Amino acid sequence: MNEILSPAESQALLLSLRVSGVAVFCALPFAFITALFLARVRFPAKALVNGLVHLPLVLPPVAVGFLLLMAFGSRGPVGGWLLAHLGIRLVFSWTGAALASALITFPLQVRAIRLALEGSDARLAEAARTLGAGALDRLANLTLPLALPGIVSGAITAFAASLGEFGAIITFVSNIPGQTQTLPLAIYAALQIPGGEAEAARLCGLSVLLALLFMTAGEFAARRAWR
Amino acid sequence: MSVEVSLRHRRGAFMLDVAFEARGGVTALFGPSGAGKTSIVSAIAGLLRPQEGRIAVNGRVLLDTSARLSVPAQARRTAVVFQDSRLFPHMNVKNNLLFGWRRAKDKADPVTVSHVVDLLGLGNLLARHPQGLSGGEKSRVALGRALLASPDMLLLDEPLASLDAARREEILPYLEKLARERRLPMLYVSHSVEEVARLADEIVVLKEGRVAAQGAAFDLLTDVDAIAGAPPLGAVFEATFAEQRADGLSLLAFDGGTLAVARLKRPLGARLRVRLRAEDIMLAREEPRAISANNVLPCVVHAVRANGDQADVQLLCGATRLVARITNASRARLGLEPGVAAFAIVKSVTVEREAG
Repeated sequence: MNEILSPAESQALLLSLRVSGVAVFCALPFAFITALFLARVRFPAKALVNGLVHLPLVLPPVAVGFLLLMAFGSRGPVGGWLLAHLGIRLVFSWTGAALASALITFPLQVRAIRLALEGSDARLAEAARTLGAGALDRLANLTLPLALPGIVSGAITAFAASLGEFGAIITFVSNIPGQTQTLPLAIYAALQIPGGEAEAARLCGLSVLLALLFMTAGEFAARRAWR
Repeated sequence: MSVEVSLRHRRGAFMLDVAFEARGGVTALFGPSGAGKTSIVSAIAGLLRPQEGRIAVNGRVLLDTSARLSVPAQARRTAVVFQDSRLFPHMNVKNNLLFGWRRAKDKADPVTVSHVVDLLGLGNLLARHPQGLSGGEKSRVALGRALLASPDMLLLDEPLASLDAARREEILPYLEKLARERRLPMLYVSHSVEEVARLADEIVVLKEGRVAAQGAAFDLLTDVDAIAGAPPLGAVFEATFAEQRADGLSLLAFDGGTLAVARLKRPLGARLRVRLRAEDIMLAREEPRAISANNVLPCVVHAVRANGDQADVQLLCGATRLVARITNASRARLGLEPGVAAFAIVKSVTVEREAG
């Protein structure tokens, strides 16, 4: 790999994979619970909650990054508390980049999982009830395995989208090589230097390759749906 | 073993208002679609909460709206075989079969599991997934899955309705075997007289959300008023394989005479369930001679019901009730009225199964 990519470039690639991986993995349980809630529970403010969940999808990513900075910055209400009591600093660190990515791609995961849950067959759940399966039992042994292809496909799509996140990351955690400089940020940095076009083009090609790879994988997972 | 059901449930313009009791064996819920059969099954299984009602199986109360009691479906032990099998697509046949078994409180022993697998001929399907099964195979797996849940009662909601005639013939013998074993009360929903005649011990006839008639299969299937217009009517009764004649005919003795049928592959003395379809009986006022039919039974007209141009004539042959469907014109020409003596010319006899 080092013969094709410079050490700085492979560092950006590995950081991107780590940030996106952690972001998707950590957001998944919350996305599942949110999707289950939206798919199964009827409540009056559902449209509002649904709108809130989808907000990161339509807000300018820079705005999301700025809001994160306000809340999780060292003087922000949450960030200040985390730093004072747990010694966790999110700004200027890769964990902050992961938080921003997770928030931006959260709606993608929720949508995919909710779709898989709503497509699940109520008639199968009835059959399971008459065979003695209670609510949690049905969730674990019927709903979850049947929704699994949708969940996997949603996670992969979110991962691919997260690789491309720029605005929220650069606003929230800045552009620090080795710390927060993911692929898109590295492309941006390369373009700031005279004669950096060749490097930017190589990184662009790499991004295209990664995006195609994971989108195809996501599609493949969705097709593995039962029935 | 007994099942008590009384339900009142209104949905839109449809009012379900039924009460019936079923003893052990197979009780058929019989009636046209829209009569409320599936709603009754859903209410017993706990999938539908009726506005008013009481349901008890073997004395265990599952629903009593006046006491605000409703046992949840998963605790009712009333397994359902649905028309559309509803197998779990992410599990192979074996795990489908064991789904209810694993969750049953008093698990059937492994011998019973292999017995059910053998009974339904599922041995070579165990590793397969439901997607690859034929309609008949799916129905058999669904039946096995319900049986292995060790239910107190088995609810069969038109389990054969989605199958073609050949597949139906593939399943019916298994259901007959089950009916014969009789350890489990079964409620069998159907709009097919054929299935009901083959399987049922008791029949509850539903019409527009109400019980129109109810009684033993032997009585009800010849009751021209209860099943008015339902095709094809026919008498069902038990007979004993009495004699094997050298000319190839087997003689069946019943309470009212003897029937000769083509050679039976059953042991002498076997108790058999016999069915005479209403369309297969001709009537004569005088004893016909030189006739190809092997069976001419003397009987007395018991009741007559005209139904458009057709007439269903109920006959008493000894203590056995028969029914013949003829044209109303023939009935009038022959002067067939209650009390008149007649001869029933039986064109064909169906031997359904060994009697339980």
